[in-house]
Amino acid sequence: MSQNQSPKTLFDKIWNNHLVGNKDDDNQLLYIDLHLVHEVTSPQAFEGLRLLKRKVRQPQKTLAVPDHNVPTLNRDNIEDELSKIQLEMLEKNTKDFGIEFFPINDVRQGIVHIIGPEQGLTQPGMTIVCGDSHTSTHGAFGALAFGIGTSEVEHVLATQTLIQNPAKNMRINLEGNMPFGVTAKDLILGIIGKIGAAGGTGHVIEYSGAVIQNLSMEGRMTICNMSIEAGARAGLIAPDEITFNYIKNRPRAPKKNWDKAINFWKDLPSDKGAKYDKEKILKVDKLDPQVTWGTSPQDVVSIKGKVPDPNTESDINRKNGMEKSLEYMDLKPGTKLEDIKIDQVFIGSCTNSRIEDLRAAAKIVKGKSVKTKAMVVPGSGLVKQQAEKEGLDKIFKDAGFEWRDSGCSMCLAMNADKLKPGERCASTSNRNFEGRQGKGGRSHLMSPIMAAAAAVAGHLIDVRELI
Amino acid sequence: MEKFTKLSGVAAPFTRINVDTDLIIPAEHLKTISRLGLGKHLFSYIRYNEDGSPKKEFILNQDRYKKSTILVTGKNFGCGSSREHAVWALSDFGIKCLIGSEFADIFYNNCFKNGILPIILDQSYIDKIVKKISFEKTSILNVNLEKQIITIAYDEFLKFKIDPYRKKCLLEGADDITLTLNKDSLISKFESNLKKKFPWLDR
Repeated sequence: MSQNQSPKTLFDKIWNNHLVGNKDDDNQLLYIDLHLVHEVTSPQAFEGLRLLKRKVRQPQKTLAVPDHNVPTLNRDNIEDELSKIQLEMLEKNTKDFGIEFFPINDVRQGIVHIIGPEQGLTQPGMTIVCGDSHTSTHGAFGALAFGIGTSEVEHVLATQTLIQNPAKNMRINLEGNMPFGVTAKDLILGIIGKIGAAGGTGHVIEYSGAVIQNLSMEGRMTICNMSIEAGARAGLIAPDEITFNYIKNRPRAPKKNWDKAINFWKDLPSDKGAKYDKEKILKVDKLDPQVTWGTSPQDVVSIKGKVPDPNTESDINRKNGMEKSLEYMDLKPGTKLEDIKIDQVFIGSCTNSRIEDLRAAAKIVKGKSVKTKAMVVPGSGLVKQQAEKEGLDKIFKDAGFEWRDSGCSMCLAMNADKLKPGERCASTSNRNFEGRQGKGGRSHLMSPIMAAAAAVAGHLIDVRELI
Repeated sequence: MEKFTKLSGVAAPFTRINVDTDLIIPAEHLKTISRLGLGKHLFSYIRYNEDGSPKKEFILNQDRYKKSTILVTGKNFGCGSSREHAVWALSDFGIKCLIGSEFADIFYNNCFKNGILPIILDQSYIDKIVKKISFEKTSILNVNLEKQIITIAYDEFLKFKIDPYRKKCLLEGADDITLTLNKDSLISKFESNLKKKFPWLDR
């Protein structure tokens, strides 16, 4: 920072580096360094390009992968006709427009937010977009990454830019020491519970503090991933040695310009004295493992807690919302979370399907048997391969889990993996919305070790009792 | 894109909080490669019974609200998934304007790309409007984007704020991409600087 400039946040720096043209324009253009594309939110965008005979401006800054619709079993033969068309369409579109594509049988295929970091494509200081709200995941690297709609996908394809208004800056400082049995997932669920599902609206949330600095990249990704569940436009974490070590030597990491890149990355963290529009502090020392009870990610309590009573809520709209949630979830106020029986366990999704997640869950289930239906869906073919190398697949299968191929799977139930009406699921995914995991299905969000513990116990349980 | 200038239409109150885009259009209806025809799936999980018949209690199934063009919404409407299908479904159903105290960012943005006007007002005004439109005689609202006002009675107006660029695009039915492509030389200039400044990003 030169002396005549005011201190800047990480967000401000990335924003300023990517502004195209005039700062005073009423429609500021933000340049996009990396555009990730999947099969569900892109067909209409490519159709738009074709209609007006437009090209993709920077196909080499674009990568496409199928993930939402892909089956996690028997993927050579896709039975769902509509899914098949959508998947074929992505392949055709990427071929026609010269975009790199990881096909379904490629070991690099996986959930789009798993493979960006895995390939080393996600790097500090970049702008990254995708027609998917969980693009916020990539913020863990100190990249400004956010989800966009299909019209904006088309805009980025055609112009490599977006028309944007700057977001506000929010900082959440996590203080204290991570208690035993508490994971990154519990931290982010705790944060959403505290600030609410709209607590971050209009803001980019920068997570900071010793707790964040000590987290692995995978934990940081889990936190940034669910920023959208707090309504934030994006999540950000300052890049540091842990970030650089993660990126180094990955297939798409900078090679001959590595030293230049790292020098630039080191200047990215927010300057001392930088101003935030909102600041929050969360002390984590006494945090228990967190579990959701309702149909919004903000409906979260400690595993030691009880289902809350809507009658204690003074805001009438909130009270009505809670009553609707409890009715849908078939839960009564005052029920202990640990008394809630589970039918199914899902370990997967862009929130929690990386190798560390699978290792941690495998430790809990090793030598035990599940009392529920249970499945593990690795985030990518490479994660699956690594897990198999370590024998994790065997541990899961011996315990009664199904071991599947990679994809979004039961996080959003677009493929065959879905809950039946009334089924209750302990899930490591990110959304407990009505019908999210299948029409009439009921979702409780939690960490991979908590979900593994629920599978073994047959009900929600404090994982610390099993360690 | 279709222009939005003025609108006079029936407004339906749907004040549930945190209505997510999965509720607006469940994922099973996203297996389409078209923007069209999604109106029949709008709110499908809470709009239809198991046998496909309409649920009587759902607001948009009630006779007086069946032809609503305005939806008055609860806090944090449109949260969750970025799926623009939610806006396409609302639009295909006939909704042209949303009025609420808080919208989720991506959803809010998607509305403008499809000629839908999302209006943000203080919750106290939302409560007032909801009361008004709950009576059949006063369920029609008039919205004027040029003047930025909602008329809720002969002599009662509410002024709303809107970003000037977005307002302009709606009034003209402008196509963003065409406007940005006009700035091609600026983008090219940026790209050549980028190569020099951030050589490791040059792909």
